[in-house]
Amino acid sequence: MHTLKFRGMTRTLGASLVTALVMGPGSALAKDEITMAVPTFTTGAGGPAFGVPGKQGVELLIDAINAGTMPAPYNTKGMGGARVKALVYDESGGNTKQVAELRNKVQKENVDLVVGYVSSGSCSAIAPVAEELKILTLLTVCGTPRVFEELVKEPKYVFRTINHAVASNLSLARYVVEKYGDKNGYTGVNPNYAWGQDSWRDFDMSMKVLAPKMIQTTTPQFPKLFGGQFGSEISAMLRAPEQIVHSSVWGGDIESLIFQGQPRGLFDNKLFLFTVGDSAVYRLGKQFPMGSLVGARGPYGIYASTELNKSPLNVWFQREYRARYKEQPSQAAYQYAQGVLAAKYAYDRAQAGNGGKFPSTDQVITALRGATFTSLAGTVRMSLSKGHQAVTEDMWGVLFWDMKLNEPMVRDVVTYPPECVNPPADALDSTEWIKAGMKGTKC
Amino acid sequence: MQLAAVILVDGLVYASYLFMVAVGLTVIFGVQRVLNTAHGSFFAFGAYLAAMLIGAWYKAGWPAYGGFLIIVVSAAVVGIVLGLIIERCLLKYLYDRDEHIVVLATFAAFLALEDVILLIWGTDPYYAIQPVQELGATQIAGLKFDNYNLSMIAISGVLALSLWYALRRTTWGKMLLAVIYDREVSRAMGINVTAVFLITFILGSILAALGGAYLAPTISVLPGIGVEVIVIAFAVVVIGGMGSIPGALIGAVIVGISRAAAVHLLPSIELFVIYIIMAGVLIFRPEGLFVPVKARRI
Repeated sequence: MHTLKFRGMTRTLGASLVTALVMGPGSALAKDEITMAVPTFTTGAGGPAFGVPGKQGVELLIDAINAGTMPAPYNTKGMGGARVKALVYDESGGNTKQVAELRNKVQKENVDLVVGYVSSGSCSAIAPVAEELKILTLLTVCGTPRVFEELVKEPKYVFRTINHAVASNLSLARYVVEKYGDKNGYTGVNPNYAWGQDSWRDFDMSMKVLAPKMIQTTTPQFPKLFGGQFGSEISAMLRAPEQIVHSSVWGGDIESLIFQGQPRGLFDNKLFLFTVGDSAVYRLGKQFPMGSLVGARGPYGIYASTELNKSPLNVWFQREYRARYKEQPSQAAYQYAQGVLAAKYAYDRAQAGNGGKFPSTDQVITALRGATFTSLAGTVRMSLSKGHQAVTEDMWGVLFWDMKLNEPMVRDVVTYPPECVNPPADALDSTEWIKAGMKGTKC
Repeated sequence: MQLAAVILVDGLVYASYLFMVAVGLTVIFGVQRVLNTAHGSFFAFGAYLAAMLIGAWYKAGWPAYGGFLIIVVSAAVVGIVLGLIIERCLLKYLYDRDEHIVVLATFAAFLALEDVILLIWGTDPYYAIQPVQELGATQIAGLKFDNYNLSMIAISGVLALSLWYALRRTTWGKMLLAVIYDREVSRAMGINVTAVFLITFILGSILAALGGAYLAPTISVLPGIGVEVIVIAFAVVVIGGMGSIPGALIGAVIVGISRAAAVHLLPSIELFVIYIIMAGVLIFRPEGLFVPVKARRI
């Protein structure tokens, strides 16, 4: 009896082992549920601006996907036929913690994919680890181009479903040259880490190419991220002769800068270019300096208002988000939702190519690599970095208070097509590409 | 000349901010030998309570001076309530333990209080900018400075003088100094050391909360603000000397003016400058600038 049982067990174990060896990692197994890890700032200074709207965007989309209530072309239930369970966790605590969290989620909690990350610091830290762990990872918000240009040059598992920061800063430079070419020069106040430094570098280099005669500051400011005290920086900017100020500050920093700058007349004297200003305009309302240029890293947030974007998917998202959360969806809500949609697109496409069966991770990767899919705010093309880096339109405009809507809105909006503000697919280093005169752009 | 004046004003404003957040920490350490990591949470609680109440006050359309009163009341309420809880429920059991254990215990309290903040106020930011708008601005060296931030210089000066007077010229201060010098002998001489500890801890907590409440109108009050503060407060206290009030004041002025000069002249070293000063002090005078060198007791 015992011998028989033992033999039975050995056979089962042996069969399982052989199956596992033959099928290998990432192989297809019928699945009822996919677990999606969603790192975002649920605490800390990045929470209100990015973490919370990002989480809300994910929750809204996943509920609709599981219920099959999204508009076409996403009106089928689940992803690859499986229900989706989101495992939202905190991105605060630094890069070491994020790497440890990712390992935990993959190795202990067996998540199927990761969709998220706000901070460029987090993305830079986890991208090589995600490749090592062989976990499908869709980066949703972070902007540093270093992810695919320096850290993971041959990506397989890591994708980014939003423009990198070069597009935002190049399109901004084009807008400034076009509309404010008469201003005497520019300076900057950017947070002192990968995002802030890259943003300034890309904008500064683009301006040097597009408007070489405009005065460029020799003392751009790099305050500590989330330091919250800008008194000296405000004095330095007020003393600076340059009339334009480029700023990629975000989260609590953008609000503190505005609160401390307003009583000192900073925004009366300078034209501010807030590259992620959209993340604060709805929360600050009329306190946000009107007349500033606000960016959303693409056609999201304020640029996806139904006044400007009437696509059925966008109208649905705006209606559902406002009804559920009693607020306007800002850029992070769109960007996280875009990551979820990219995953749904890839799983569904891979399933269709797999005879209707649940696809393997490799099949999902193949389906997403180089793909073009419709998102809430427009079309996304995975065309850079060997098909792992998205490009989309980018938009810029001037903030004003819309009395009719009783909410902030943008005027003088210019839309830049992806090929006008992104390096071509064969460019390995976007910095070098800008320096060399941005060859191959089609505007 | 204009640049020097701007650096001086910017430096003093920043120094007053640093002094406000560091002085409570140094008072508690000086008397109780407690390196209170939960100091950052007291700061955050003060900021949250003040921001919430100021917002509600102005929304109700009540007189503007009430906003300033709220800052003081919020600091007192937070300091007394949290100070009492942490000292009576946690620290009093640890005074005879190793200092490292006390640091770990206050760190645990800090983590717990950060979660309590999230439970009470959630993740949404709070704003209370009205007091800043009420006070207007002043032109100095050709630049506009808001009077609210300038008032911080005066508040910090008054705080420093009051603390110096209380310590050096009052009976309570003398008792405090006796406890700092030798707990056992003070107890033998009839000083109620337990009461001195409790009052000192509550005073330090009120000072931390006052820093937060006073800064609330100039910042976005959101989760995590206490973490930033505790790091910078430690740097100032280490430079001036742990437990020294003049040390905290001079440390804050040195750091404030150095940082302002860096921002104006060489912005790329702005982050670095505070810590290079701290490293220099630790190398050449590890006990800090204003703490006399003591022979080690064996």
